[in-house]
Amino acid sequence: MTTGLMSDIYMFVLAILVGYEVITKVPSTLHTPLMSASNAIHGIVIIGAIVTASQARTTAGYVLACVAAFFAAMNVVGGYSLTDRMLQMFRKRPLPAARDDGSGQRGELS
Amino acid sequence: MNAVSIAVDLAYLLAAAGFVVALHLMNSPATARKGSRLSWLGMIVAVAAALVSVIHDGTITTTGWIVLIAGAVGGAAAGLIMARRVKMTDVPQVVSIFNAVGGGAAALVAAGDFVRLAGGAGISTRVMIATVLDVIIGPVTFSGSLIAAGKLQGWVSSRPVVFPGARLVTTAFAVIGVGAGSYLLAGHDSVPVLILVTCAALGFGVTMTMPIGGADMPVVVALLNSFTGIAVAIAGFVIDNGALIIGGALVGASGGILTVLMAQAMNRSVLGVMMGGFGTGDSGPAAGPAAGPGVSIRRISAEDAAIQLAYASKVTIVPGYGLAAAQAQHEAAELAALLAGHATVFFAIHPVAGRMPGHMNVLLAEANVPYEDLKEMDAANPEFPTADVALVVGANDVTNPAARRPGNPVSGMPILNVDQAKSVIVIKRSMGHGYAGIDNELYTNPKTGMFFSDAKSGLTEITAAVKALVPS
Repeated sequence: MTTGLMSDIYMFVLAILVGYEVITKVPSTLHTPLMSASNAIHGIVIIGAIVTASQARTTAGYVLACVAAFFAAMNVVGGYSLTDRMLQMFRKRPLPAARDDGSGQRGELS
Repeated sequence: MNAVSIAVDLAYLLAAAGFVVALHLMNSPATARKGSRLSWLGMIVAVAAALVSVIHDGTITTTGWIVLIAGAVGGAAAGLIMARRVKMTDVPQVVSIFNAVGGGAAALVAAGDFVRLAGGAGISTRVMIATVLDVIIGPVTFSGSLIAAGKLQGWVSSRPVVFPGARLVTTAFAVIGVGAGSYLLAGHDSVPVLILVTCAALGFGVTMTMPIGGADMPVVVALLNSFTGIAVAIAGFVIDNGALIIGGALVGASGGILTVLMAQAMNRSVLGVMMGGFGTGDSGPAAGPAAGPGVSIRRISAEDAAIQLAYASKVTIVPGYGLAAAQAQHEAAELAALLAGHATVFFAIHPVAGRMPGHMNVLLAEANVPYEDLKEMDAANPEFPTADVALVVGANDVTNPAARRPGNPVSGMPILNVDQAKSVIVIKRSMGHGYAGIDNELYTNPKTGMFFSDAKSGLTEITAAVKALVPS
């Protein structure tokens, strides 16, 4: 039992508790973006892919590292782009002047 | 510990702190985008730190760089294209695919470490435990999420797929996975056995998800998201990296909470969902109104609906799965904007409206509805008694007053109190049952008018009729 393992376990348990505290306050309005955002965060596994690539010496190692990098990069880049795309659509009510412009559409602030 | 490794570790800490603050900023639509940006920044810092560390150590070979860069660039391009092109109604399956590859990556990282160490000086128990957990959880998430995405997209039948002996096959995969995993844990660093565990886990993910109905997929996606988080945290144990542990644990916790919240809003237990065999989603194509004997329903036309809406001073729109399936969010937003000229209008949104919790909010946001007009269930329910008209578009079980009585499939399910509105208009394709499979008492209520139509064309017709009545 190393001190490294113990501190890893500390981190793991405390992070779960922090995650629980932070997430329970998110309104259901934002649950889909939240799922996408947390999905993007587990793309941090890309660091694992980098480490794997740095240690690879055999063909099998290189193949694993390459696929891991592909998957992880897809997870990170896709996850963040999708989250941002959803969140940029959430907008406040436009100013009253812009609201009843007679077109029947609520435009953006203009 | 030299200066570089201290700096790298501090950068990981910074990234982890960024993730926590980012999730905190998701508490309000006003700050959520800032949160997403901050989280992205944290990710860039962490990746930069990892690259600095690798360069400083000088252990990576030229081939290592090539495979890393080729893989990362390809994956980034694939992810970017999917995220940019996906229609908002198809978001749940893309989230599921991104989740699948995350779980896959975690398993590959652990496998990479194992393959490197196998046959050498031996693998420490600690790394072995983490590796075995990862090559079980990772592949289960990978194949399970892909099947879930396939069901949401319609590539795989959204009906529960059950064949004789299906449970037996699932059990067999579990036994093989656990058995072979135990063999590895006993100190045998055999690569073929590792592959066997991985294949059994992949098979388990498939047979676990196939019997679950399409309507339950949101719960499955959330649960698998949580699994991926845990798998990533465990990969952090394998390579002893705090950023992976913290990031993964945060996601594991958030996915777990979302799973439970979702199951509650659908009146299901998480265990019940995972055991499968229920919930086939919307009940097939329109078969025309088919009310049972002795039940009278009041049919109305688009013009009747328009007259009620044109003279109402307070209108509540209740969007449901039918609106999401028909992609009618723009039509709903247009009608709301038109009515807002003379009435107070807002959307009452059930937590599981749409195809994923909170999905309806995203769809309506896409249609330019300001988020102040989207009311959650608890905020919306007190408004129904004073609403002149409640317009229900493709929502079923979440409006059924039978939920307030014990002894039926929706008992105890949180519902929108639509029946308390002064009058109710329901746009629905047929009298078909929702996912609970029972009659909706709201539809037979004397103050309810049923307008049988698909959500998109129904809303378009009503909007045109209102325009004729209300000169704009």
